[in-house]
Amino acid sequence: MNDIVLSARELGKAYVLRHQSRAPGQSTLRELMANSTGRAWRRLRSPAGAEAEAAPDHEQFWALRDVSFDIRRGEVVGIVGRNGAGKSTLLKIISRITDPSKGSIAVRGRVASLLEVGTGFHPELTGRENIYLNGAILGMTRAEIRGRFDRIVEFAEIERFLDTPVKRYSSGMYVRLAFAVAVHLEPEILIMDEVLAVGDAAFQRKCLQRMHELIAQDRTILFVSHNLGFVRQLCRRGLLLKGGTVACDDRADVVVAQYLRGLQESSQIELLDRTERRGRGDVRLAGIEISAPDGSLALEAGRAVRFAFHVTGMVPGLSCSFTLYDEFGQAVTWFDSALNGSSDSSRPGTRTSFVCELDRLLLMPGRYQLNAALSADGTLQDHVEAAAFVDVQTGEVDGRAVTGAAGYGSTFMPHRWVRPC
Amino acid sequence: MPPAPSRDLLVRYAPGHPGATPSAAEHWRELWRHRELFFFLAWRDILVRYKQTVIGIAWAAIKAIVTVTVLAVVFGKLARLPSHGVPYPLMVLAAILPWQFLSSALTDAGNSLVGNSDLVSKVYFPRLIIPASAVVVNLVDLFIAGLTMAGLFIWYAFVPDWRVLTLPFFIALAVAIALGAGLWFAALTAQYRDFRHILALLLQLGLYVSPVGFSSSIVPQPWLGVFALNPVVGVVEGFRWALLGGASADLFPALPLSILVSTLLLVTGVRYFRAAERRFADVI
Repeated sequence: MNDIVLSARELGKAYVLRHQSRAPGQSTLRELMANSTGRAWRRLRSPAGAEAEAAPDHEQFWALRDVSFDIRRGEVVGIVGRNGAGKSTLLKIISRITDPSKGSIAVRGRVASLLEVGTGFHPELTGRENIYLNGAILGMTRAEIRGRFDRIVEFAEIERFLDTPVKRYSSGMYVRLAFAVAVHLEPEILIMDEVLAVGDAAFQRKCLQRMHELIAQDRTILFVSHNLGFVRQLCRRGLLLKGGTVACDDRADVVVAQYLRGLQESSQIELLDRTERRGRGDVRLAGIEISAPDGSLALEAGRAVRFAFHVTGMVPGLSCSFTLYDEFGQAVTWFDSALNGSSDSSRPGTRTSFVCELDRLLLMPGRYQLNAALSADGTLQDHVEAAAFVDVQTGEVDGRAVTGAAGYGSTFMPHRWVRPC
Repeated sequence: MPPAPSRDLLVRYAPGHPGATPSAAEHWRELWRHRELFFFLAWRDILVRYKQTVIGIAWAAIKAIVTVTVLAVVFGKLARLPSHGVPYPLMVLAAILPWQFLSSALTDAGNSLVGNSDLVSKVYFPRLIIPASAVVVNLVDLFIAGLTMAGLFIWYAFVPDWRVLTLPFFIALAVAIALGAGLWFAALTAQYRDFRHILALLLQLGLYVSPVGFSSSIVPQPWLGVFALNPVVGVVEGFRWALLGGASADLFPALPLSILVSTLLLVTGVRYFRAAERRFADVI
């Protein structure tokens, strides 16, 4: 039996860039008429093929190039990559919103795609009306919506506001309702673009639980997320896109690790080029390396970690400090080399690096922003915001799992329980 | 419960490949599968139009009454155009019904893709549904305006004859014109916003070259053929013929020409729309 439900072959997508200051898509007749009449006529006659022939003042941009992969029934695939790597374009092609410019895509079975939470919601309509409308837009039949109506309302926790126009909803209610409709789709192939990160902690847990249910039902799921924790937690397979091509197609944790490595390399290159920095600038931060002692780049909660800060030079009394912030922008913890500890040391070999070693990383899984600063005798030399990002994966401390939940804090304290017997 | 493995395989190719364009049969099957969405979109537009109003859908009737009163006074009392023995307001109203439907359905259909660009760029469904449902929404207004017309008939104690039974045919003709031209304008406006203005201009001119405020019989014979190339002429005169009886201009050559032109509009409109459809998400 053929188990492949999705198959991409040498997929490519070109967009035409216009070298004029104009909002995208706002083309005008003048342009049509400025071209030779022959071309204009050809364009009118075969609009689908028009993109293949770019006019001189137009430039082709390949958002996707030569992408090939097969996905089997029941696979859960996380797609990662930096902004502009082609993730959304790929999802748009799979969900038939746009056509490939090259290659082919074969899909077996009913596809539901969720590229945005609440597409087609109308602010004037009530919650009840929007459930039906949005359900239909996402591809449910009226009978299916009616059958799942109560579950959707319960999931969204909006019973009391069912007959209120959604324009009066709080943004939280709005998002919950939109997501509730979406996760009650029961397609064979589900496609999601960065939509898991909605709602408060309790709601996110519910969403994840629902995702696990869908996975248990053997549905094929493709999703894009910047939350690498979700990708590792939910997916068995990952797909790393880079500059429109598949850079890695492997187990999710392997792909995530490679993605992180790439991020790190590029953040090193960028660090000296950053212009948004404060301080005198006699000495500047040149690069930051964050790794586990075994050299692996995936940071697990409870494991050792090493932060290395490379600087452009040395001045007397130079010290390095850095702060980690959670995704809400709250400072979580702070490190400063100016505050001496008994196990500190200096290594003669390393002249231009500060290294901060932690035996156990006691942070909940998630993404943390790192701001770093260099000071010399009370004078700020260099300060870079978001100099790096730290992605902490689930792990364990003293044999206890550190899985964490957004909204319940960022730190883990080693502890033990005495339970009633 | 796990989904039953589906057998339907869909392969899509880039332009240039022999299989790039799906067959017409597949296209219509796809439309049929999405028929519920079509009704939902129409239902949404009707709901939204009269949300947060106190008298709701009665506004459609009020709009129709006001238009008729103004036109009846202006044309009937001041212009003194011939009306073949039928009360002049009735002659105007019989024409206003299809004209208002055509102009608002065409405007709505033409702007429908741009107005729903969030859907177009985020969800897949056959795009034809959007302009088609915009046309259907205007049918509801047509029926409400039609009820107002009935009131006027009672006022003038005028009883239509058997010809009124042919009205659905003329309504269908009006729908064909609105949809055919609407598809052209929707597809063109998605890429070239100029067509939004072109359409508004066209409709403004259209009122004067269509026999709404006058009867086709005042058009000089040699010009009749050219005049009737405007498919609206056939629809408007058809409405008069069906509602007011034979007391109207000849339906020849207006009706056959109108059927011909509107069929042409519809067929080419669907074709152009289908060809342009694949690019909407990229250019809108």
